[in-house]
Amino acid sequence: MLLTNIAATILMFFGSLFMFLGAFGLLKLPDFYTRMHAIGKCDTMGQFLIILGFVVYEGLSFISIKLLLISLFYLLSSPAATHAIVKAAFYRGVKVWKKGDPKM
Amino acid sequence: MKEQKRDVIVEMTSKKILPIILTFGLYVMVGTEGAGGGFQGGCIIAAAFILYAVVFGIQKGRTKMPESWNTFFTSLGLYLYCGCGLLAIIASLFVAEFLNYSAFWPLTNLFGPYEARALQVEFVVEVGIGITVFAAFVSMFYDLAWKDEDEAEDDEEVMEC
Repeated sequence: MLLTNIAATILMFFGSLFMFLGAFGLLKLPDFYTRMHAIGKCDTMGQFLIILGFVVYEGLSFISIKLLLISLFYLLSSPAATHAIVKAAFYRGVKVWKKGDPKM
Repeated sequence: MKEQKRDVIVEMTSKKILPIILTFGLYVMVGTEGAGGGFQGGCIIAAAFILYAVVFGIQKGRTKMPESWNTFFTSLGLYLYCGCGLLAIIASLFVAEFLNYSAFWPLTNLFGPYEARALQVEFVVEVGIGITVFAAFVSMFYDLAWKDEDEAEDDEEVMEC
């Protein structure tokens, strides 16, 4: 019981770390593309690790299987959504940031 | 603005994801134990068709879910809902009220009044609401959607005539 609690805590901690870094990148990075690059980590690794922590904490039950299915669905769909947004911005002609430009 | 092409990643992902979305919509729609209901499930199923139309183009989307079906499905859901209510009146020989589900005696005799009501709400009423919402949302999306170039030209010709 204690071991699973510790493992769940560590997993959730690293998930929150990914989430925090994604939010930090969103605030600090200069450009649309780099911001999307930071947020993509948030969507995939952050939620996956946090939900994995929930599953380890819950143990094997119907709820944990549901949580895993939600997480897998997110892992499938969210990178594709990020890719679609960035590609749409590229086709619309959003400027790419270069070194020395002011922050957009 | 550059020329837009079909994107392989988005197309493959939506192809793999569409059955999952439809199954999830059905799971939300049917049943009264978990969260959700007819309206939410219908919205999710409509979102699947809207995703298909967004990714593969409105022309292919219209062939997958023709607009003539929208009217059919909208009224089918309403008929399911109302028919379940009218069935109670007819089965009890005009004693019960409209939508008084437990008065439908074949199910009530088999399972008891509460289970009979739950069964009818789960499998008929919620599904009816879901079908209506799904068809109405898809039809609204088709009305608001952009038109392909050929279609737009046709419209202009008609306007000129």
